[in-house]
Amino acid sequence: MGRAVAQARAGLSSRTGWSAAALLPLAFLALFFAWPVLAIVSLGLREGGVLSALADSDTWELVCFTLGQALASTVVAVLAGMPLAFVLARCRIRGLGLVRAAVMVPFVLPTVVVGLAFRTFWPDGGVLPIVLANAFFNVAVVARTVGGLWAHTDRRAEDAARALGASRPRAFLSVVLPALAPAIGSAAAVVFLFCATSFGVVLVLGGSRYRTLETEIYLRTVELFDLSGAAALSLLQFAAVLAVLVLGALARRRRETALALRDREELARRPTGGEWYVVLAAFAVVVALLTPVVGLVTRSLSTRDGWSLAGYVALNTRGDRGTLAVTGVDAAVNSLRTAFDATLVALVVGVFSAVVLVGLRRSGARFAEVLDTALMLPLGVSAVTVGFGYLITMDALPGDFRTSPMLVPLAQALVVTPLIVRMVLPVLRAVDERLRQAAATLGASPARVWREVDLPLVGRSLVAAAGFGYVVALGEFGATSFLARPDAPTLPVVIARLMSRPGELNSQMAYAACVLLMVVTVGCVLLIERLRVPSSGEF
Amino acid sequence: MALELDSITVRYGRTTAVSDVSLSVADGEVVALLGPSGCGKSTLLRTVAGLEKPTSGSVRWDATDLAGVPVHRREFGLVFQDGQLFPHRTVAGNVAFGLRMKKVERETRDKRVLSLLELVGLEGYADRRVTQLSGGEQQRVALARALAPSPRLVLLDEPLSALDRALREQLAVDLARLLREAATTALVVTHDHDEAFTLADRVAIMSRGRIVQVGPPAEVWSSPVDVETAKFLGCNKFVPGSFVGLDVERVGLRATALRVDSDGLIEGTVVERVHRRDHVRLLVAIDGEEYEAVGPMAEVGDRVRLEIDLDGVARIG
Amino acid sequence: MRRICAVFAALALTGCSAGTSTAPQSREVTLVTHDSFAVKPEVLEEFQKSSGITVKQVASGDAGELTNKLVLTKANPIGDVAFGVDSTFASRALSEGVFAEYASPEASKGAQRYKADDSNRLQAVDVGDVCLNIDPAKLGGVEPKSYDDLVDPKFKDKLVVENPATSSPGLAFLLGTIAKYGENGWQEYWTKLRANGVKVVSGWEEAYNQEFSATKGDRPIVVSYASSPSAEGGKTKAVLDTCYRQVEYAGVLSGAKNSEDAKKVLDFLLGEKFQAQVAEQMYVYPSREGVALPESWAKDAPLPPNPQALPADEVKDNREAWVEQWRKLVQG
Repeated sequence: MGRAVAQARAGLSSRTGWSAAALLPLAFLALFFAWPVLAIVSLGLREGGVLSALADSDTWELVCFTLGQALASTVVAVLAGMPLAFVLARCRIRGLGLVRAAVMVPFVLPTVVVGLAFRTFWPDGGVLPIVLANAFFNVAVVARTVGGLWAHTDRRAEDAARALGASRPRAFLSVVLPALAPAIGSAAAVVFLFCATSFGVVLVLGGSRYRTLETEIYLRTVELFDLSGAAALSLLQFAAVLAVLVLGALARRRRETALALRDREELARRPTGGEWYVVLAAFAVVVALLTPVVGLVTRSLSTRDGWSLAGYVALNTRGDRGTLAVTGVDAAVNSLRTAFDATLVALVVGVFSAVVLVGLRRSGARFAEVLDTALMLPLGVSAVTVGFGYLITMDALPGDFRTSPMLVPLAQALVVTPLIVRMVLPVLRAVDERLRQAAATLGASPARVWREVDLPLVGRSLVAAAGFGYVVALGEFGATSFLARPDAPTLPVVIARLMSRPGELNSQMAYAACVLLMVVTVGCVLLIERLRVPSSGEF
Repeated sequence: MALELDSITVRYGRTTAVSDVSLSVADGEVVALLGPSGCGKSTLLRTVAGLEKPTSGSVRWDATDLAGVPVHRREFGLVFQDGQLFPHRTVAGNVAFGLRMKKVERETRDKRVLSLLELVGLEGYADRRVTQLSGGEQQRVALARALAPSPRLVLLDEPLSALDRALREQLAVDLARLLREAATTALVVTHDHDEAFTLADRVAIMSRGRIVQVGPPAEVWSSPVDVETAKFLGCNKFVPGSFVGLDVERVGLRATALRVDSDGLIEGTVVERVHRRDHVRLLVAIDGEEYEAVGPMAEVGDRVRLEIDLDGVARIG
Repeated sequence: MRRICAVFAALALTGCSAGTSTAPQSREVTLVTHDSFAVKPEVLEEFQKSSGITVKQVASGDAGELTNKLVLTKANPIGDVAFGVDSTFASRALSEGVFAEYASPEASKGAQRYKADDSNRLQAVDVGDVCLNIDPAKLGGVEPKSYDDLVDPKFKDKLVVENPATSSPGLAFLLGTIAKYGENGWQEYWTKLRANGVKVVSGWEEAYNQEFSATKGDRPIVVSYASSPSAEGGKTKAVLDTCYRQVEYAGVLSGAKNSEDAKKVLDFLLGEKFQAQVAEQMYVYPSREGVALPESWAKDAPLPPNPQALPADEVKDNREAWVEQWRKLVQG
């Protein structure tokens, strides 16, 4: 490389350098999120009537209920997820891989199916089942995000506190919890967004009495074609989500400490004494998570005439009298492929974003916060809004992108990217900046520093995030059902379609497809577990 | 001159961390930046490394401006206070890092790693995990890692201050020997004057972002530029030069400036007695003023005679 | 730079495994449908072979969602021909000018009986009436025959219906009661239904798969389709005097890129071969005359002879208000 080039390159101040690097995630967001959403909202705004919708007291009741149920669900999910995170991160007991996989299963189940499973216990629906079902879906987010950081956090600080006479709970509250705060904050923010925009659960368990912004936006956009009403609600949803994200960012700001990261092997040990109670609690959570799952498996096998594998056999068909355009197995294969593409895009955008966010921490903290928040927004905006936005914008892209098969993985990536960022960022931030500087003074270029220092240190989190993202993409329903072409549906789309048809075989097949989805999920997670090679020598 | 700093100023928003600092380091020379914490010495070191961008002024190496040269192309080694070893690599993996960046072939690399480990006294540690090392061992590895790629300049940021005192004194001597033997050009940041004087050929005293004095250790020690510097260098009493028979306006007295001696010319009363590690220190009242003095046993209230030891006297200015 | 390359490589890969991009073919027609559209592969295959037209399908939600999407994209339609706008939404599509006029020669073979208006822009493809379905075994011989029966204490806590705000059969049932009792009487009827323990759920899936006693639940009367019993092997029955007529239409989109071939696809949808398999594929009744229904249908799921119906314009103008009134009445 010529000297002039070298100088020009280095001449970029670090701030403009990182800002330029931030262009990729921003461009992705702008093209596949901001543009369509703004287009559809402004279309609604032009129709007028937004103010009257905002003045309606019903609207505010809706906002309160939406946020209230999301908050309650988040609290439940965090409380249930913490013991699991502890067990996954700190305990050396048999069958841990299986636990890790089992925790993921709820996350991919189609909401309609889970909603129906919960109705078995609460036939009339209501607030409690809504909260529990939302938490059910999201325990995995907490367990994995918090567990990811916990697995790398130095145990000695905790031991030191204990040695100084702190009781175990006291040590946990004063040492462990603050260290985990960034991950807990991250997870809580994601869970809150998921719950605030949960659609299927509220629809099925709301008993048609309880409505949220999300279901109302759907109703107004899709059924009533009341775009101005939908725009008003979308703006409210947007404002609420933004407020939560900003609060989350403020909470995180105080907690950006460099932690002493260590390998899990050095930290995991057999639980002792009181820790067994935590293990017991985690076990109880797993049992609670698996109860609806077992119910689904049972239903997939039982017919009015007794036990039968008919649903599973039917997976190789197009359903009772051609309900589907493809067979269940084809849909499964298509799911795997689409999720792969989505994960790849999300991984590139997400890791790029995380690296930029870390790089910007010192030179452009304010901008980093804006970017961080922007990346999370897609989780908090209705899939319907995005989907309808695509309809009026994506035709401007080459080859009428509205019906392109690439739109599905890109839309899924929009949901997966923030999760990857949230999982990788706490670990990446916990890497001491001076470690990177040491590498740089030893002659490593920024890219090389990333490869030699960040990557090995966050490698596990990265693999975990990719796996998690893959599974999320597998289960994604909102945007996918809106965009998938009939000749290339994913499993969740197929399940919803089978459920919407009469005939016992269709419903058997739907439950069998759920089981297939679960099996695929567990398989993926176990495979990822395998890939996490034990550390040795050069890592 | 190998390293030249020309009117460097570093500002963060409204705070000025480094203000108009000029300094040069010759080839093979070890210069210490000495000053209290917060004086800007670490910022200056980081600016030399390329980790901070000067607001104005320039860093030059062999007359070439380094403004456009990023950290990883400066070939300056850096040793942090707390090592900052790569936790995912072994001792050898850490030391070999810079050589790998330089694409040194494996055989040469391995040899160099072994010889450096020998140099820092860690033979046989190659395959250890760095997380199993003591603090002192970690600092030795950090030093070996920084020296391995034969940097043009080694920057040491408080290299010993995280260690306990006994180890620190031992390691300071080792480090001084190492730097000399390898004829290394080095800039050391420290707040400990013992360390600075042990390691450096020249010492630059920093205060509030400025370099107030540069010179060989003995000179800086015996003639601090002002009262503040003298205080930092251990003087706790300031008197006219005539008090110690010198023809200067003011001198600073360290604790060792006055020694109890029956032939002494000055007379005083013992006010207090303090036992130190290897001597007894007295507080003596002379004409109503209290002075520290070194001496043999004496009881509070005793009248003693005191002799002046010029090694404990610093001329101000 | 290297990283940016990686991104592009990733995006390119996405394209690869997502399937080769569709090169525009001169004789491709994009058929936009609701989610429930289904056709026997061999029937479609034969049409494509004989006509030389490639049919690309795009599914767009239920009838309401489909209609709204068509309205939203009318300036630059997402396809050439659309199927699945039903009688509830036909007025909106027509008044928004989504469809172009085309008098298909096949329309005169029966489809004209269900026409939306006289403009020839929408042609009826099938009829899918919404009726109460009952589980005779559970009812033990005491079966409701009419809307009036439902408010009889005999059937207290027996009925489950779908929310008309979120479900299209739910809406059809509400419209049926409005057609039956009139603008002034339906609210009183629903007040009685409520007193008689009607259960409301948000969608057909829950009502039919979860609450209906013939599948899993314990309510023996459910709002579903006239055709549903055909899938249950004689275990259930439709109450033919409680039906509301729903017609599904197809039409060539204004602004279609390939409107000539789009017309041929519309002819195909109205043609004998397609019509002969709609019952089996989509659980609806063909609009064409003289098309035989599958055997089990004649016994378990005949076409309701005298269903309720409301003029499309009336539905369009009042739907939102009716649903709102219903909400206050039943859920308030």
